[in-house]
Amino acid sequence: MSNDTPLLRLEGITKDFSGTVVLENVTFDLRAGEILGLVGENGAGKTTLMSILFGMPVIRETGGYGGKILVDGREVRFSGPFDALDAGIGMVHQEFSLIPGFSATENIMLNREIAKGGIIADIFGPRLSTLDRATMHTRAKTAISRLGIEIDPEMKIAEMPIGHKQFTEIAREIDREKVRILVLDEPTAVLTESEAEILLDAVKRLAATGIGVIFISHRLHEITGMCDRVVTLRDGKSVRDVPVGETTVEEIAVSMVGRDMAPPEKNQDNRVFGEPILSVKNLWVDMPGEVVRNVSFDVRQGEIFGIGGLAGQGKLGIPNGIMSLYPAGGEVLFKGKTLPRGNPRTALAEGIAFVSEDRRGVGLLLDETLEWNIAFTAMQSQNRFLKSFLGGLVRLRDEKAMKELANTYIDMLEIKCTGSKQAAKELSGGNQQKICLAKAFCLEPELLFVSEPTRGIDVGAKAIVLDVLRKYNRELGVTIVMVSSELEELRSVCDRIAIVSQGAVADVLDPSASQAEFALSMAGLRESGKNRIKEN
Amino acid sequence: MNTTDMQKRIKEAAADFGWPRIIIALFLAVLFILAPFVKVSIASSLSDIINRFGMNALLVLAMVPMIQSGCGLNFGLSLGVIAGLLGSTMAVQFGLTGWAGLFGAIALSTPFAVVLGWLYAKLLNRVKGEEMTIAMYVGFAAVMFMSIMWLILPYSSKNMVWGYEGKGLRTTITLDGYWNRQLSDFLAVRLSDNFVFPTGLILFVAASCAVMWLFLRSKTGTAMTSVGSNPDFARASGIDINKMRTTSVVMSTVFGAVGILLYQQSFGFIQLYTAPLYMAFPAVAAILIGGASINKASIVQVVVGTILFQGILTMTPSVINSLLQTDMSEVIRIVLSNGMILYALTRKSKVTR
Repeated sequence: MSNDTPLLRLEGITKDFSGTVVLENVTFDLRAGEILGLVGENGAGKTTLMSILFGMPVIRETGGYGGKILVDGREVRFSGPFDALDAGIGMVHQEFSLIPGFSATENIMLNREIAKGGIIADIFGPRLSTLDRATMHTRAKTAISRLGIEIDPEMKIAEMPIGHKQFTEIAREIDREKVRILVLDEPTAVLTESEAEILLDAVKRLAATGIGVIFISHRLHEITGMCDRVVTLRDGKSVRDVPVGETTVEEIAVSMVGRDMAPPEKNQDNRVFGEPILSVKNLWVDMPGEVVRNVSFDVRQGEIFGIGGLAGQGKLGIPNGIMSLYPAGGEVLFKGKTLPRGNPRTALAEGIAFVSEDRRGVGLLLDETLEWNIAFTAMQSQNRFLKSFLGGLVRLRDEKAMKELANTYIDMLEIKCTGSKQAAKELSGGNQQKICLAKAFCLEPELLFVSEPTRGIDVGAKAIVLDVLRKYNRELGVTIVMVSSELEELRSVCDRIAIVSQGAVADVLDPSASQAEFALSMAGLRESGKNRIKEN
Repeated sequence: MNTTDMQKRIKEAAADFGWPRIIIALFLAVLFILAPFVKVSIASSLSDIINRFGMNALLVLAMVPMIQSGCGLNFGLSLGVIAGLLGSTMAVQFGLTGWAGLFGAIALSTPFAVVLGWLYAKLLNRVKGEEMTIAMYVGFAAVMFMSIMWLILPYSSKNMVWGYEGKGLRTTITLDGYWNRQLSDFLAVRLSDNFVFPTGLILFVAASCAVMWLFLRSKTGTAMTSVGSNPDFARASGIDINKMRTTSVVMSTVFGAVGILLYQQSFGFIQLYTAPLYMAFPAVAAILIGGASINKASIVQVVVGTILFQGILTMTPSVINSLLQTDMSEVIRIVLSNGMILYALTRKSKVTR
């Protein structure tokens, strides 16, 4: 075999989860001693790709994958993580997989403990042999020192600072004699900058010993600082594969978001907007995974205001906080009055509706009929669809009105179903989303929040949903705040787009702004020029 | 073509009704067919089943609100039963008889049921997800506490206290001369020697079912159902989840209290001390057999479940005792009711989340 044979080669990797393609023809090489940066937005397919590489059972359970993985030029097909380990692939996960009550040594040597025989072991078999702690200690120490750091091998994981946990995890992977490929999935995400630097040095040192490293990170500076090559995944495809020397942080960011540099079809009509209908000042929201720290923005009467940003940066927290679904603070003015918080009912009563991003969890009564799903919120917050009996003494559901309402929306939004009595759980994602929209429309709100309206639905349904929103805004003059992680979508629908990064508004951009500007705002690299377009 | 179509339709109808119910109904039918051969009167058996249905229906109906609001099966039904016992003993103490006795007992029980239910709801709202386990312990604890209280409370009616000491309530108190069979005998129709239709009782049960049916169709009832279906959805629609759950628990407790009063008037006795412990399980079993899941129940399921469960309980011991020539009725009853709960709980339908 020649020296040119790459250590690892992924060839045309394809994977779909029940019809939804998440990886399509992903191809790249990894050479010995090389550090390969793998970047991509959330949902681009990085984690799935690594699960395939590591032979995770979830891949097999969901129908396997297409394409080939070659190690040293020979095709391999792992039936489980152990096969991957045997082939010399080590993986450090985003979440720690360490046992808190065990020491560093015990964690590093877990399931590879060095045993010495004994009388008991002789009688009852090797499962009862005693541990050779001295050798284990030395082995752990060697592994840690290969990283160029100092950790007491006898320290309990629970007592370690977070950085040391990460090092312990890497030490465990490199302790295997055979390990030749190391995958690091966002190893620096939880580290401070100085810790990250030490880790990056350690990784470089490892690469110098001939280990091939796949390094996944959102911190693009780290990628350009240490990797040899960078591969960009976008929508499940490997769209770019260049040596780091030939690219810049900006170019990488652009490649992650999309290569389409032309601004999307612009709303030609010169739209005029009224006074701010919603003013948010210093909003904070404690929503797990989507923490909002300090957000301020104005939404004008009649516009479609977009909120974008990478996952986990806090964009989803904004509508959830304003609707009081999560603890929040700061000032929210709606139509010039302070919006009281603490109960979603008050926001609903003021004329604000919300289509949640968690369609199945919050958006729908999955076991109930479409009639219920659409009419319920209006019934509860506006006393509609109730019929009075005995002079108002008893008020019962007006099933007939509910059915009419459901049928109106089924026709209007082209919802595919067997009838208004079908249970919501039986509908496809796109049609469920339409039900959620119908529920919000039927409240006749003045301000509508829609959160990730196209998440997990197919292209056709996407177009319809966006079209419906646009029409709703144009025809009824309803102000819409749309939160989405799909930038293209925001640019095609919105009048202004706020980009949220690290819990704060990084920038408010015009949809015609260049791709690079959006990309840089998202990466949090664009601190200056806040509220560039104040009033146009 | 046509036959396969037919088969499919029959299969769907069967699946809709539920195989467990079909099997139990068939079993019940077999018992009825066997009955004449072992000299068990069908007329008296039917009469028995209808009576027992009337006695127990309200206790089963009490399960509905809590199931709908997502609080699960009310294993703490004993709390409602205790409220009913307090009401009925007080009515006897005050010397209320006839209609005044029965409705007096209902009126006296309700405040207790509301207060106990409210406290019980407070507790259940703190243990979301574990309601059924906690409910069971609440039931046990309350019954044991009341076992002490029945001795201490200052009852003095000669009909209720221990004869030799003159204080403390007896374990069984007769309702003779108070409101024994007040409802059961109201407009009762004697169809044959051993078949009497308890019109008043059945009417009362029907009215209660209608009230529950209407309630579930009201705004509050709809909100309650949505809390059980998806609490997050309900909250996002501005519903106060805890308030809905509290309402459902209070309702369940009140229905439990009225339920035990119906039971007493038909049975003829007030049973105190550990008796309330034996009320929750059969009610749970009945509604599960009726086809309810742990967060969806309907009135039809209450009726079907109660008839099937009480039918089996009535028929199995009498038929099998006659077949085996031994008295095993109590053993069979316990095995049946607990076995059915076990079976129903393993079959509980998964809820989509």
